[in-house]
Amino acid sequence: MLSNIGNILITLNIIITLFIVYFALIHLKENNKFISDKIYKFSLYQTTISISCFLTLVLAFIYSDFSLITVFQNSHSLKPLFYKISGTWGNHEGSLLLWINVLVIFSYLFLIFNRSFNSKYLIYSLLSQNILILGFLFFLFFNSNPFSMIIPIPTEGLGLNPILQDPALAIHPPLLYVGFVGSSIYFSAAIGSLLSNFRGNLFAKSIKKWVLISWSFQTLGIICGSIWAYYELGWGGFWFWDPVENASLMPWFAMTALMHSVLVLEKRNSLYFWVIFLCLLTFILSVTGTFLVRSGILNSVHTFANDPSRGLYILVFLSLMIFFSINIFFKKYKKENSIFNINSKETYILANNWLMAFYLITVLIGTTYPIFTEVLSQTKISVGPPFYNIVIIPLVIPLLVLMSIGPNISWIRGNFKNLLKLVLILLLAIFVNIIIYLFFQKHSLLSSLLIISSIFLIIYTFLDLIKFIKKSSKINFSRIVSHLAFGFLIFFININHNFSIEKDFNIKVGQEKVFDNYKLKFKSLEIKERKNYKAVIGLFDITDMKEALVKELSPEIRIYTQPETLTYEASIKSNVKRDLYLTMSNISQSEFYNIKFQKKPFMIWIWISALIIALGGFLMVFKKEKKYEN
Amino acid sequence: MKINFFKLSVYFISSLILILFLFGLNKDNTYDTRSLINKDIGKFQLQSLDGVQEINQEDLKNNKFTLINFWGSWCAPCRKEHKFLLSLYKDNTLKMLGINYKDKKKNAEIFLKDLGNPYHFVGQDLKGKISVSFGIYGIPESILIDSNLIIIKKFVGPLDENDLNEILRLVKSNEKF
Repeated sequence: MLSNIGNILITLNIIITLFIVYFALIHLKENNKFISDKIYKFSLYQTTISISCFLTLVLAFIYSDFSLITVFQNSHSLKPLFYKISGTWGNHEGSLLLWINVLVIFSYLFLIFNRSFNSKYLIYSLLSQNILILGFLFFLFFNSNPFSMIIPIPTEGLGLNPILQDPALAIHPPLLYVGFVGSSIYFSAAIGSLLSNFRGNLFAKSIKKWVLISWSFQTLGIICGSIWAYYELGWGGFWFWDPVENASLMPWFAMTALMHSVLVLEKRNSLYFWVIFLCLLTFILSVTGTFLVRSGILNSVHTFANDPSRGLYILVFLSLMIFFSINIFFKKYKKENSIFNINSKETYILANNWLMAFYLITVLIGTTYPIFTEVLSQTKISVGPPFYNIVIIPLVIPLLVLMSIGPNISWIRGNFKNLLKLVLILLLAIFVNIIIYLFFQKHSLLSSLLIISSIFLIIYTFLDLIKFIKKSSKINFSRIVSHLAFGFLIFFININHNFSIEKDFNIKVGQEKVFDNYKLKFKSLEIKERKNYKAVIGLFDITDMKEALVKELSPEIRIYTQPETLTYEASIKSNVKRDLYLTMSNISQSEFYNIKFQKKPFMIWIWISALIIALGGFLMVFKKEKKYEN
Repeated sequence: MKINFFKLSVYFISSLILILFLFGLNKDNTYDTRSLINKDIGKFQLQSLDGVQEINQEDLKNNKFTLINFWGSWCAPCRKEHKFLLSLYKDNTLKMLGINYKDKKKNAEIFLKDLGNPYHFVGQDLKGKISVSFGIYGIPESILIDSNLIIIKKFVGPLDENDLNEILRLVKSNEKF
C-alpha cells in the first residue's frame, strides 16, 4: 500500500516538474514581465508532493513495512523509534529522496523570497533547478526507487548498520544535505544570471542568504560527522582525511570562498566571475562527492551496497553538468577589472579565495590520486594524513593572518596606521606561546607558528568585539563570532594534537597498569542484554595520581544480532580541561583485553569552537540587511 | 589567447577526471594482491628488531623458501596465527622472516618472549613504511617466496590449518622442480 502511494507521488512529482519546465519555457518565449501564478502554484504542489513522498517513506520505516526492499534491508522491528526514523536516510534510496526534497524546497523558497527580482533571471534559475530535480527524480524512479516491493513479504528486516545508530550520525546527513544540496540553488542562480545577464550587486543580494544557509549547514554537518567519528569509531581521532570527509570538505572550501566573494560583489560590484565560478564549482563538487561516495569507487563507511549503474548514472549527470556549466561560463565570460589596491579588503578576500583554491586542489588531488594510480598502474595506494598535514597545515598560518587583518581594512584603499597595534598583538601572541611551551615542555616550529597566528587572530578579533560593543552599528558581529571561533578551533586542535597522551596495552580483569601520572585498574566485566544488542562492559578505575582523582570508565563491546556485528563503544569522561578516552577490544581465545587509553586536552573546546563558527553563519542569515557594514 | 589556453586546460582537466572516474567505476574495489603473484619482491633493507643486524633481499636468496610474515603485538589475529607459525619453524626448507609492523619494540619483544619466536630473523618496520612496498594492506599478512625472490603465494589475514598445509604443499611441490 505504502509502495503504491510512494510510486504515485514520485510519478506525480515528475509530471509537475515537467509542467514547471514547460511553463518556464513559455514564459521565456513570450518574454513576460511577471511570473505567472501557475508557476508559483505548481512549485508549491511540487514541494508538497515531495515532502509527502518523503513522509510516506518515514511512515514505512516507523511501521516497519518490510514489503519495501529499502525498509527490509535497512530496518528492524526491534530498533528504537529514533533510529527507525533516521534509518530513512541511512541508505542510498532514502537519502536520494531527501536530496530531491532539499532541491525542491530550496527551489520554491528561492522563488518566493526573490520574487521582487528580475523575472527572466528567476525563470532561468527555476528552469535550471527543475532540470536538476528532473534528473534526480528519474534516477530515483528508475534506478534507486525506495518504494520497490519485495515478494513474498519478509517478516523481519535485516537491520541498520549498528555503527550508524548514533544520535550525531542520525542528524548528520540531513544537515549536510541542506548544506551541499542547498548549493544547487546558487548553481542554478548562476546559470540564470549568466543567461539573463542579471549581474552585479543585486545578483549578489539574491544569493547571499542561500550561500550563508548552505555554508552554515555544511559546517554543522561536517562537525556532526566528526563528533560521530570521535565517539563511535573508537580511534580517539575526529578527522582522518578519509575520502568521504574530503568529499564534504571540498564544497566547504568553495562555499567559504564564495561567501566572502559575494560580499565583494555586493559592496563593490566586483569579482562577478569569481562568484559565478564558485557557485558552479560548489555544486559540481557536491555532486562529485556524491559520486565518489555512492559509486563505490572509494571504500568507506558511506559506501552503500554497490550497484555500478548508480555510479554510471551520476557520472553521466555530472559530466553533463560540468560541460554545460563550462560552456556557458566561457561564452559569457568577460575580463573583469579586478586589480585592487594591495591594501584593500578586496585584495584580502581575493587572497582568501586563492588559499581556499589551494586547499581545495590539494584535497582533490589527495582524494582522486588513488583512483588515478589504480586505473593507470593497477597499484592500490591510499593518501593519508601526512600528505594533507604537510601540504595544508603550513598554509593555515597565512589564512589566520588574513582573517585577522582583512576585516579591518577598508574597501578600495586602506592604510597601515595600526602597525604598532599589529606588533603589540604579535608580541603578546608570542608570549602566550612561550607560556604554553613552558607548561607542556614540548615544542615544534610549525605548532608554535600555528599557536602564535591563532592567538594573533583571537586577540585581533577580540579587540574588534570590544569595538563592536562600544559602537555596535559599524561592525559585522557574525564575522567576529566566526573568525574568533576559528582562531580558537585552530588553537585547540593544535594543543590537542601535540599534547595528547596515548597508551595501548593488554590487560585482564583484576590487573593494574601504571603509566605517566595515571593508574588504570580493570575492576570487572559485566554482560547486559539491551534492546537490540548485548553489551560486554568493562569497568575501569583511572586514578590521576597527581590530583588523587579517581574516575570510572566503562567501555563496551556491543554484539548486535541484526545484522551480526561487533562494535566498540568508547567510554569518555569530558571536562573543560580534557577528555579521558578508553576503548576496549577482545582478543580471541584469551582472557586479555586490548585497551587503548587517551588523554586529550581541551577536546570539548574543539566542538564548541566549531559549533560557534557555524553559529556565526546563522547569525548572518538572520541579520537585517541595513545594519550590515564592514 | 590567454583565455583560450585557460579554457582548454579547464576542458582537459575536467575530461581527464571524468574519464578517470569512468575507468575507476569498472575496477574491482575489493583488495586483491593476486597480481603480485609470480613477481619479484623487489629491493628492501630491514633492520633487526634489536637494531644490531641488517637484512636485504640478497640474503633471502640463500633460502630455498622464505615466508615473510607481517605482525604486531597489538594485533589480535596475529596471536591467533602464532601457533601455526611456530609449527612452520620446524620445516627445514622454509625460513621465516617476521616483520614487526607499526609496533613498539618493547611490546614486540614481550610478545615473542611470551608466545615463542617462530622467526629466523625479526625485522622492524615501526612506521609501517617498508611493509607498504611489499603490498601490505593490513596485518597479519604473509608472503611465500622462493630463492629467486619470486612470490609464490600471498596470505591475507591470519594463517589457519588450511593455509599451513597449503604452505607445506607449495614448498614440497616447488622443491621438486
